Amino acid sequence: MTVESTAARKPRRSAGSKAGTTGTERTTRTTARKAAEPELVQLLTPEGKRVKNAKNAEYAKYVAGITPEELRGLYRDMVLTRRFDAEATALQRQGELGLWASLLGQEAAQIGSGRALRDDDYVFPTYREHGVAWCRGVDPTNLLGMFRGVNNGGWDPNGNNFHLYTIVIGSQTLHATGYAMGVAKDGADSAVIAYFGDGASSQGDVAESFTFSAVYNAPVVFFCQNNQWAISEPTEKQTRVPLYQRAQGYGFPGVRVDGNDVLACLAVTRWALDRARDGEGPTLVEAYTYRMGAHTTSDDPTKYRADEEREAWEAKDPILRLRRHLEASNHTDEGFFAELEAESEALGRRVREAVRAMPDPDRFAIFEHVYADGHALVDEERAQFAAYQASFATEAESGFAAGSGDN
Amino acid sequence: MAETVTSKNLALAKAINESLRRALEEDPKVLIMGEDVGKLGGVFRVTDGLQKDFGESRVIDTPLAESGIVGTAIGLALRGYRPVVEIQFDGFVFPAYDQIVTQLAKMHARSLGKVKLPVVVRIPYGGGIGAVEHHSESPEALFAHVSGLKIVSPSNASDAYWMMQQAIQSDDPVIFFEPKRRYWDKGEVNPEAIPGPLHRAQVVREGTDLTLVAYGPMVKLCQEVAAAAAEEGKNLEILDLRSVSPLDFDAIQTSVEKTRRLVVVHEAPVFFGSGAEIAARITERCFYHLEAPVLRVGGYHAPYPPARLEEEYLPGLDRVLDAVDRALAY
Ligand SMILES: Cc1ncc(C[n+]2csc(CCOP(=O)(O)OP(=O)(O)O)c2C)c(N)n1
Repeated sequence: MTVESTAARKPRRSAGSKAGTTGTERTTRTTARKAAEPELVQLLTPEGKRVKNAKNAEYAKYVAGITPEELRGLYRDMVLTRRFDAEATALQRQGELGLWASLLGQEAAQIGSGRALRDDDYVFPTYREHGVAWCRGVDPTNLLGMFRGVNNGGWDPNGNNFHLYTIVIGSQTLHATGYAMGVAKDGADSAVIAYFGDGASSQGDVAESFTFSAVYNAPVVFFCQNNQWAISEPTEKQTRVPLYQRAQGYGFPGVRVDGNDVLACLAVTRWALDRARDGEGPTLVEAYTYRMGAHTTSDDPTKYRADEEREAWEAKDPILRLRRHLEASNHTDEGFFAELEAESEALGRRVREAVRAMPDPDRFAIFEHVYADGHALVDEERAQFAAYQASFATEAESGFAAGSGDN
Repeated sequence: MAETVTSKNLALAKAINESLRRALEEDPKVLIMGEDVGKLGGVFRVTDGLQKDFGESRVIDTPLAESGIVGTAIGLALRGYRPVVEIQFDGFVFPAYDQIVTQLAKMHARSLGKVKLPVVVRIPYGGGIGAVEHHSESPEALFAHVSGLKIVSPSNASDAYWMMQQAIQSDDPVIFFEPKRRYWDKGEVNPEAIPGPLHRAQVVREGTDLTLVAYGPMVKLCQEVAAAAAEEGKNLEILDLRSVSPLDFDAIQTSVEKTRRLVVVHEAPVFFGSGAEIAARITERCFYHLEAPVLRVGGYHAPYPPARLEEEYLPGLDRVLDAVDRALAY
């Protein structure tokens, strides 16, 4: 064990030295990052070259037969997802959305894992899985309703087997586990995937979902996108061991994949889903990636992170990487990129128009679907609300409140 | 199918057990989950014998993790199951409170009605059994404040049986508070006689001078109070609410318009409790009928005390009679 890693285990607090503490913490951080890299499963280097090694052999076979067309499909998915995300960010800046959580940089993790899924698999996302939603066929404009403030969801979870976004960190990992327990009870061979972040890994619910899924051998894949940050907190504020290693303590495998390598994400997720289908229970996949933008449009990363860090990760850009690979393999021509560019612009336009056209919900929606069976209090308060609303109409009719504009 | 059955005399806990058994028999999607619910039959034996007869995949011993129990029940409900989960004691529901409040209660609304969560959360609650701390509390108001949940509490064996049937059949999540100190009280249960709806209050004693409103463990106390008051020539009406959310204000109003006086009794702290809600609404509805302010009898704004002091803390015969006297004195 090196001196540095000892420091990582136990930051030394030299008596009275405040300045020294900062120094120790910096060391801790770099050490953890350096140690992390060699453990990655990678199939494509940042330069777009295919990698073959002992570590990835087990997974590589899951994409062995991948066709140029499929590769172009993955590229298209990533480009359109990024374009959609950029449009949503712009729409927030223009005041059309209250908030947006961008996935910039995480396209490979989401498209790779999302394209590994079968239609009958079920997805439990957090609030950032726009790329996975894309793979599930959820119309991207539907993702914007909750960020615009017209609803709290916007799609039928059972329509695409893609559950509603979950804002409370980690909650959905338990729903995924329970759902997977149900899949197993039904004797079905579909699998369930739960997305969460590195910050979420600290939540009790995530730990409990590991426990339950292990104990009941539930067919669930835990897909952690370690994008290095939980708002302003680096991963080292959540854990002292690489996250994928947590799985071991629960008795199931964990694997760390290069989250900026769409091919590796596809392969590793297929492997994990296969295990689930074969009755081998849960798997933890840690996609090691990076959130290139802010946490959300409300966040200011300049307050806590260095520009160089982002620059270093830009060199590993998931989209660029696949483009290099496609070009080097002669899998595309200029026409492909030009068409995709046009398609991206069309998508941006469609999203923009759809958001602006999104109607505000009916005011009585407040009282809708509070209960499946109905509830006396809701009925009473809806009636009071209706009477109150109606009082404006009466005043307007009688000329008292003319021009109030409320109706 | 249950064989042709006549009324049985059952303890409240046993009535719930038989109700769960019937639900397991009639609907293969019903599951029982919780800590120790299997072989042991739960710490109060409410699920006794169910695992033996329905197997470990229907009656599921869970890891010791309340958030996990409710969170996975939500997932199972999303898959089409109807989980009935047991929280071992009132004081231990809080690790699951997040799942109940932020997920279980809201998912139907968030999905615009597309998702239904027929989950029953059973919680043995309340004091009077001489337990250690966190085993005697009445947190119903903490749940009633949350829209999307139904909160019910039976006071007798028949209601326990039937309200459990209704809770399991409901497409909404139901928090089912079981009055643990009444678990061993026996009563007639007729598995054929289908009662009124889950949210309907019941007049358990007709009277003319004052209305006592209670639910769960306090209904029996109110019956004792009424009997004692009767000896003094006072004729009290007792309303068993059965459901705290929705709350049957119409039934209370009807009774108060007749008796003109109202005392609400519950074990939970009075401050911000269900009695406060009842007092406020009934004052609004019945202002011109009331001869006295609505009075409340309940726990204090203090941690539930050690067992040797719980009789001081809990509403007892004298405290309720005292409130009755005060209301009648106006
Ligand atoms: C229980 C809970 N606590 C706090 C928050 C506020 N919050 C929203 S996102 C976030 C950071 C999450 O980080 P991580 O899990 O790594 O996911 P990421 O957003 O980086 O993908 C926090 C603290 C929350 N939504 N839920």
